[in-house]
Amino acid sequence: MSELNAALEHPVYNYRVVRQFAVMTVVWGIVGMLVGVLIAAQLAWPQLGFDLPWLQYGRLRPLHTNAVIFAFGGCALFATSYYIVQRTCQVRLLSDKLAAVTFWGWQLVILSAAITLPLGITTSKEYAELEWPIDLLITFVWVVYAIVFFGTILKRKTPHIYVANWFLGAFIIAVALLHVINSLEMPVTLTKSYSVYAGTVDAMVQWWYGHNAVGFFLTAGFLGMMYYFVPKQAGRPVYSYRLSIVHFWALVAVYIWAGPHHLHYTALPDWAQSLGMVMSLILLAPSWGGMINGMMTLSGAWDKLRTDPILRFLVVSLSFYGMSTFEGPMMSIKTVNALSHYTDWTIGHVHSGALGWVAMISIGSLYHLIPILFGKQQMYSLSLINTHFWMSTIGTVLYIASMWVNGIMQGLMWRAYNQDGTLTYSFAEAVEASFPGYVVRLIGGAIFFSGMLVMAYNVYMTTRPEKDTQDSPALAATA
Amino acid sequence: MDINDLRGLSTALLLVAFVGLCIWAYSHKRKAAFDEAANLPFADEEPAAARDDKENNRHG
Repeated sequence: MSELNAALEHPVYNYRVVRQFAVMTVVWGIVGMLVGVLIAAQLAWPQLGFDLPWLQYGRLRPLHTNAVIFAFGGCALFATSYYIVQRTCQVRLLSDKLAAVTFWGWQLVILSAAITLPLGITTSKEYAELEWPIDLLITFVWVVYAIVFFGTILKRKTPHIYVANWFLGAFIIAVALLHVINSLEMPVTLTKSYSVYAGTVDAMVQWWYGHNAVGFFLTAGFLGMMYYFVPKQAGRPVYSYRLSIVHFWALVAVYIWAGPHHLHYTALPDWAQSLGMVMSLILLAPSWGGMINGMMTLSGAWDKLRTDPILRFLVVSLSFYGMSTFEGPMMSIKTVNALSHYTDWTIGHVHSGALGWVAMISIGSLYHLIPILFGKQQMYSLSLINTHFWMSTIGTVLYIASMWVNGIMQGLMWRAYNQDGTLTYSFAEAVEASFPGYVVRLIGGAIFFSGMLVMAYNVYMTTRPEKDTQDSPALAATA
Repeated sequence: MDINDLRGLSTALLLVAFVGLCIWAYSHKRKAAFDEAANLPFADEEPAAARDDKENNRHG
């Protein structure tokens, strides 16, 4: 392995850490999505918990969300940000040692999550379930990440800081801020802590964190990815650099206010709910600014979509991004939210963004990246990329369509009442009616998951050391 | 001056900042610099690497 690494070493850039994170993105994607498929099956057939505490839905669901967001999405962001910042600043990362610290530190965070969550060790804060010792480790890794990233930008050889780095930088700063403020907690024992916030304030801080995890981790970070890999794969610069600047500042200024829409019709003051709703509606404009900018980069080169499955991944991910950033503001309107909140519609909306946008832009970027990192001309099989593309698209569509149907049905059943004012349906009747939707969702999720296995095979075949490339390190060096 | 004047003022300031940002971003003086920045993803390619990348695009 070490001689392989030596053969793949780039003369200027640190590709080693990018390679490590890129491979782990595929591994954690498979693990996280497998857990997702299992809990989707449990919702259709609850006996699949096997009466084992470690396999209960309540413990596996946070394992799934942490694995796909922070392990799969996180590794994808580390890999692409380290790659983009080096290539657009034309310098090597600030420090190879510190970059290695972020890789091993982040894997340790993921491993700790995979052990503690099934054991039931949790703060019970959504998307921030990890207990205080792991929170401290995350903070440490993140500070090192910021030092490596911004240190590299500071020593850049180019006069400009490319727009992708602005998005990635905003993602790193905002996530540090969100994580530290939301995780302020009093440790009681090694495995238990209590939040310093209480009641409604706790809820508001939690959803300020929760929604900005979506806004900065799952949006700004992946827009950074989009602004590099879409132009690169299309072979032409971004449609409008000016639009990218305007929508960057609008996006980071507005996202931070949208959190209260998670708390409509709760104890949160009315004015805060309305503020959250209005800011969420405004958010449509900067979100679509990014979507249009990415799509229009292809204008005049649409024919490439016919032949390039990687570009297809990138462009369809932008369509899902546009769709879910339209759906989101719509669902934040209080009267719509009265129907959609607490139903499966929300789950469908999240996965339209998570599968359609985040996962598909990452997968497309990885297919661009992996041959370069391993000194190959292209992926082992383009037709397998195409197969993966259709599996991802069909899986996502089945998932979100079944959740739309389930969500609207649940919302309507919960609010239906008889002439004498009693409820028409018991809660269990709405659960029973959801069964077909849960089965369709499981099928969609399983198809998407199987697509990741196709990708793993393709990546394995691409990265497999061959005798002829072993002999020619020069080829690897130029990539 | 009470807190509500401050709130109104901050909204007005944000509007000015946004309009200013748009004027700055779309001014003709900035065009050349932005064009240069927009080409950064392609700027670090050595001739051999550029050829490889084009090859990728053709097949990919």
